[in-house]
Amino acid sequence: MQSSQQITIDRPAASRAGGIPDRLPQRPTDLLLRWEVLLLIFLALVVLINVQLSPFFFDPYNLSDATFNFTEKAIVALPMTLLIIAGDIDLSVASIIALASTAMGAAAVAGASTAVLLVLGPLVGLACGILNGWLVTAFSVPAIIVTIGTMSLYRGICYIALGDQAYKNYPDGFDFFGQGYVFWVFSFEFCLFIVLAVIFGVVLHRTSFGRRVYAIGNNPTAALFSGIDVQRYRLVLFALVGLFSGLASVLLTSRLGSTRPNIATAWELEIITMVVLGGVNINGGSGTVPGVFIAAFVMGFLTFGMGLLNIPGIVMTVLIGFLLILAIALPVVIRKLTSARRRSA
Amino acid sequence: MPISASFLRQRETALAGIIILLIFLVGLRAPIFLTPSSFREVFSDTSILIILALGEMTVILTRGIDLSVASNLALTGMLTAMLSVAAPSLPGIVHLALAALMGLALGAINGLLVWRVGIPSIVVTLGTLSIYRGVIFPLRGGAWVNSNEMSPSFLGFPRFTLLGLDIFSWLAILIAIAIWFVLAHARFGRKLYAAGGNPRAAVYTGIDPAREQFVAFCISGALAGLCGYLWVSRYAVAYVETALGFELQVIAACVIGGISIAGGIGRVIGCVLGALFLGVVKNALPTIGVSPFWQMGISGVVIVIAVILNARGERREGRRILRPATA
Repeated sequence: MQSSQQITIDRPAASRAGGIPDRLPQRPTDLLLRWEVLLLIFLALVVLINVQLSPFFFDPYNLSDATFNFTEKAIVALPMTLLIIAGDIDLSVASIIALASTAMGAAAVAGASTAVLLVLGPLVGLACGILNGWLVTAFSVPAIIVTIGTMSLYRGICYIALGDQAYKNYPDGFDFFGQGYVFWVFSFEFCLFIVLAVIFGVVLHRTSFGRRVYAIGNNPTAALFSGIDVQRYRLVLFALVGLFSGLASVLLTSRLGSTRPNIATAWELEIITMVVLGGVNINGGSGTVPGVFIAAFVMGFLTFGMGLLNIPGIVMTVLIGFLLILAIALPVVIRKLTSARRRSA
Repeated sequence: MPISASFLRQRETALAGIIILLIFLVGLRAPIFLTPSSFREVFSDTSILIILALGEMTVILTRGIDLSVASNLALTGMLTAMLSVAAPSLPGIVHLALAALMGLALGAINGLLVWRVGIPSIVVTLGTLSIYRGVIFPLRGGAWVNSNEMSPSFLGFPRFTLLGLDIFSWLAILIAIAIWFVLAHARFGRKLYAAGGNPRAAVYTGIDPAREQFVAFCISGALAGLCGYLWVSRYAVAYVETALGFELQVIAACVIGGISIAGGIGRVIGCVLGALFLGVVKNALPTIGVSPFWQMGISGVVIVIAVILNARGERREGRRILRPATA
């Protein structure tokens, strides 16, 4: 939030000095390209260190296991990428996952088949997403506050429904989606993530829908004046995030085989960290799907490698926190240094 | 506009009315809720939330957000608890001061990253939310500090009662008055509102909005640290998960109290009432025999309603260029 102020404050001076800018001022494309390359190098480093430290890391079955702990979050991170690029945010995703899981659990107890659950989970997610989007657009209130409210609301419903109980009577065949393999070591979850990542990449970078998402994130007013129905786009993006949270809920519930009201607690922070680490500007306007795709692997392999070294989960979160701050600080510092050099030259 | 009419139209008055109505309705079901001792207990129980919300408010006024308050609280709580184990003779007031200082340091880290590096505050505090809490684990290898290890002065000080109220309540009252005075009557407070209300105009009047935000983060951090000691001594245990997720309740208190997330709008009385509202709901539920599992859902509904109502109020505010002198 703060940097956006500084950017708006600095902008008039910058455009006076350099004439009318011919591209987006927030992050030049060359830096963006470098960001994905940096991430790839970092990922290679993570893998290399892991291989050095643990003989068990570089094993296809082990690596396949490693993908389970991040694919569900990564699947939510894909639509979240679009939402954040458009200048919004959704903190309620983990609660949507919990609510969808609770709904599926209740339906399973009532005797619903696997097919019904497969439709119900994403549908509940979609409904939650539409409610978020409606609240944000109809009352023009900041998304962060609305979704903090619905975050309590959705998970609150889970606690009301479940209390300290759990649903665990899922039908036969439901376990495939979170535990099954498509071929060899490639899990259903992982293959789904790859397919979705390609689709989201194409949508964001190769369609007019994607161009409009960037336009909205950079300047909603200008986007509106150039004929984009900004409010409808935002609503659709919130609905998408809800839908895919519901889908992630199917995978997670199927993998765990049970639903407690505290399921997926604090996932929203990890999902947003993944997106921001992937080079998406938290204030909107820039970011890429490939960046987030690589960031998902970085976070997944980093935590998995630390797990192999018996590092407690809470200590891993310290490292993830540092990574998040560093990921944002580095480009800012680089930008400051280069602009200082340009000024002195 | 006459004073009485504007007073009645203010959202703080409405909120106070809703709280009184709520207390009254709960009192119909459970008359014990209407006794002075019950009021004292509810206020004391809510005092930590009030103090944290006041700190959060200063940050939100400058268009920032501090998600790390609960982690800051947990870390300083653990550090003061370990200090109490190492030096049992330290008086409670020293613990209080040290906790505030430690919290201040953690808040200053947030503030510096926002001010000097220029990272958005939501990203900085999302990161330090993980870092501050994660650091607690290696401090004691994940072990708890239990009440039998804490010194009597450490545990006893906040429970000391003065004129019928304990130190928890007095601190909340004093800090609320202090923040109110600073925000409403000191130059620094006006700068905070200016920095959040219109950062560009603030720059032209010689105010550095980012610097004001840094100071706000320091205040928020110091108050969170103070609450770290209060929390740990109140519940007589310090561990990694202390106050896990409490930052959302703190932000919720601010939102219910009418502090605008867009910055520059909000009053101390609203913030205190917002926290009190959540505290009354939390304490009322078990009194009338509703499962505490309903609390989260209820506060969710309340936040959403408050957000919608505030959005309407703010839009009207925006069109009015000159405020009436009485407002």
